[in-house]
Amino acid sequence: MIAIQRSYAVEKNDFTKAGEVSSNIKKIMKQVGVEPEIIRRVSVAAYESEMNIIIHSYGGTIDFMITPEYIKLVACDRGPGIENIELAMKKGYSTAPQNVREMGFGAGMGLPNIKRCSDEFIIESEYKSHTKLVLVFKQSM
Amino acid sequence: MKLSVVKELLNAEVLTGHEQLDRNVTNAYAADLMSDVLSSLDDKTILLTGLTNTHAVRTAEMMDIHSIVFVRGKSPDEETLKMAETNGIVTMKTDMILFVASGILYNEGLRGAVIVR
Repeated sequence: MIAIQRSYAVEKNDFTKAGEVSSNIKKIMKQVGVEPEIIRRVSVAAYESEMNIIIHSYGGTIDFMITPEYIKLVACDRGPGIENIELAMKKGYSTAPQNVREMGFGAGMGLPNIKRCSDEFIIESEYKSHTKLVLVFKQSM
Repeated sequence: MKLSVVKELLNAEVLTGHEQLDRNVTNAYAADLMSDVLSSLDDKTILLTGLTNTHAVRTAEMMDIHSIVFVRGKSPDEETLKMAETNGIVTMKTDMILFVASGILYNEGLRGAVIVR
């Protein structure tokens, strides 16, 4: 397997395109023959990260990399940052507005779910600045 | 349980994937919030939901969920159905409410989706 790297822009409130980045990432993983169980974990983490950028941020990027040893996702936005990370990591805690909940999001499971799916999870957020997620998924080879 | 049996039990109308009703399901997840659905990791799961927009299909796609039942008589829009078609997801709709549809399927042997880790 050769190393593949992709970078995607994700726009604020772009609900019509929501999930396209994750769908793309999933297709690439299928094409190069990543194990189905890992594909699912990466896809769910990518989708939650993509939705987080769309719902909560001013826009950002998702970088995706596959090497034979690991898969890496980096989701970075341009703010406004998370005021209380500990609270945001709590299952069921959500700041999503009502219109977002009506679309099926805002269960307050996003970040805990991303953490559960990944082998390494780093969250860095500065209030009024940005949020960055670095996720690593080991490939058992 | 075959999807054709699910269709009969729920008196459902198949919207996409007519030719794939011989697929088998063993577990089900019933929810309207997709972030909750994304917290289970399990295949051979059928999704029962009142959410009829593209996010229901996207969620199914990410989770390898191959079938969705839309409840409460709601119909998804064309874009949602097209996305389901593209991803090979069987969709059907029933007039039953979520509780009743779930209860019938449970009674006939389907079990809850497994939440791992």
